[in-house]
Amino acid sequence: MIKIIRFTINFIRKTLVIMEVELRKLRHDPTELITRSVQPALWLLIFGQVLTNLRAIPTGNLSYLEYMTPGILAQSVLFISIFYGIAIIWERDLGIVHKYLVSPTPRAALVLGKALSAGIRAMSQAIVVYCLALLLGIQMNWQPLALLGIVTAVMLGAISFSTFSLIIACLVKTRERFMGIGQVLTMPLFFASNAIYPITIMPNWLQIIARFNPLTYQVNILRGLMLANSVNMAGIGLDILVLLLVSTFLILIGAALYPNVAI
Amino acid sequence: MKILKTKSLTRTFNSLTAVNRLTLSINHQEVFGLVGPNGAGKTTTIKMLTTLLPPSSGTGLVAGFDICHQPARVRQMIGYVPQLISADGALTGYENLLIFSKLYDIPQAQREERIQAALTFMGLQEAAHKLVRQYSGGMIRRLEIAQSILNQPAVLFLDEPTLGLDPNARHMVWEHIHRLAREFNTTIFLTTHMMQEADYLCDRVAIMNLGKIVAIGSPSDLKKSIGKERASMDDVFMHYTGYQIDNAGNFSEVLRTRRIVRRLG
Repeated sequence: MIKIIRFTINFIRKTLVIMEVELRKLRHDPTELITRSVQPALWLLIFGQVLTNLRAIPTGNLSYLEYMTPGILAQSVLFISIFYGIAIIWERDLGIVHKYLVSPTPRAALVLGKALSAGIRAMSQAIVVYCLALLLGIQMNWQPLALLGIVTAVMLGAISFSTFSLIIACLVKTRERFMGIGQVLTMPLFFASNAIYPITIMPNWLQIIARFNPLTYQVNILRGLMLANSVNMAGIGLDILVLLLVSTFLILIGAALYPNVAI
Repeated sequence: MKILKTKSLTRTFNSLTAVNRLTLSINHQEVFGLVGPNGAGKTTTIKMLTTLLPPSSGTGLVAGFDICHQPARVRQMIGYVPQLISADGALTGYENLLIFSKLYDIPQAQREERIQAALTFMGLQEAAHKLVRQYSGGMIRRLEIAQSILNQPAVLFLDEPTLGLDPNARHMVWEHIHRLAREFNTTIFLTTHMMQEADYLCDRVAIMNLGKIVAIGSPSDLKKSIGKERASMDDVFMHYTGYQIDNAGNFSEVLRTRRIVRRLG
C-alpha cells in the first residue's frame, strides 16, 4: 500500500517536472502561441461570418457562427496537438529523448507530461477563441462550473490527440513520414466530426465514423457548455468518460512505445 | 571490486549482429575506453548498458543491478551523455540542470548547492542563465556532463564526448573528465574513435571491431603488444582493426555525425 502511494506521488511529481519544461520554454519564446491564433481567427472571422448568412445548416436556435465557435476551438486543439509528434522526433534527432529515458522517470510520466504540455498550448487556443467570440458578439456562458468543464474538455482532447501523435512518431520516427501521416489524419478527423455541422445531416456511413471519433465527444462538451443561449448538460458525463478512457488507453500504449524512439 | 560486468552480451538487428557475445568487466574508479571504427558496436553497447536497448541475449550488471531485470535501479545509479546533443537549446543552462536534478530525485534542500557545484566544476557559472542555443559546442558538452553528474553516478557513460569539437574545446573537456576521475573517483565508461583521447584519458582500453573485442589492456600494454617500436595508439588501432575501416559506417551514420559536427561548430 505504502509502495503504491509512493509510486503515485513520484509519478505525479515527475509528470509535473516534464510539464515545467514546456512552461519554461513558452516563457522564453511565446511566438508559437501568437502564430497559432491565426487559424481560428480565419475560420471564425471569414468562414463563420459568411456561412452564418447562408442559414443552410440546421443549427436550432443558434446562429451558425455561434454553432461553429465550439467546433473551431476543438479544431484548434486538434491541430495543435496532432503535430506534437514532430517535437518528439526533433528531440529524438537530438539526443534529448535518450537522456530522459535514461533518467529514473516512469515512461508513462514522460508521456503524460508531454500530453499535458500539449494541453497547456491548447489552453492558449481556448483563450484566443473566447476573445474572438467576444469580438464577434457571441453570448458566452461564464458560469464557473461551465468554464471548468471547458478546461477539462480542452485538456482531455489535447491529451488524446497529442498522445496519438506521439504514438505515430514512435512508430515512423522520421519527420518526412510523420508529416505525411499527420496531414492524412487531420482533415478526416475534423470533417468526420460534429465540429462545423451536425451529425444528423451526414450520410449514414459517416455518422458511424463520427461516433467513433473522439473529437465528436469533445465538441459535444464544448457546445453544451460554451454558449449562453444553449446550455445543454445532457450526456456530458458520458462524453467526459469516453475522453478519459481514450486518453488513458493512448497514454498506456504511448508509454509502451516511447522507449522505441531511442532505438 | 567490479562495478560493471557483462556476460555474452549480444544484440542483433535483423541479420546484423551489432554486438557479439561481449564479456567485459570494469573496475571501480576505472576510466575505461571502448574504441573502434564507426559501426563497430560501441554505441549499441552503451545503449544496452544504459538500459536504452534491451539485449538480444546475455546479461549485464551495472553497479550491482541487472540491466534486463532491474532497469529502473540501474538508471538511478548511472549518468549518461549521449553522442547526440542532449541539452535542451530552448532552456538556459541552469534550467537544464534544474530539471534533471528534479528527475533524479535530488532533495530540494540540496538542489541549489549541487547545481552550483556542477556549474562551477564545469566552468559554466557565467553562462548559467543564457539559453543553451547560444552556447558554443564545448560549453554544450560541458553542460551535458554537468547534467549527468548531478546524481553523483556510480558509473558515468560518455558516448563520443568530444565528437565535433575543435582542439581547444576538446582539451578543455578532457581536463574536466580527467578531474572527474581523479578528484571524485567516478568510474567512467567512454567510447571514442580518437586514439589520442583514449591514450590520454583511459586506464584501460578495449578495441572493438565488428561487434567483438579484439584487444584489451592499458594504452602502454597495447602499444607494446603490436611489436613495433614507438608505436602510437593509432598504430594499435590499425593493427587490430585491419582493413575493414573503409566498410564501416553507413550513410545515415555519416549524416548523423556530420549533423552533430555542424550543430556544435
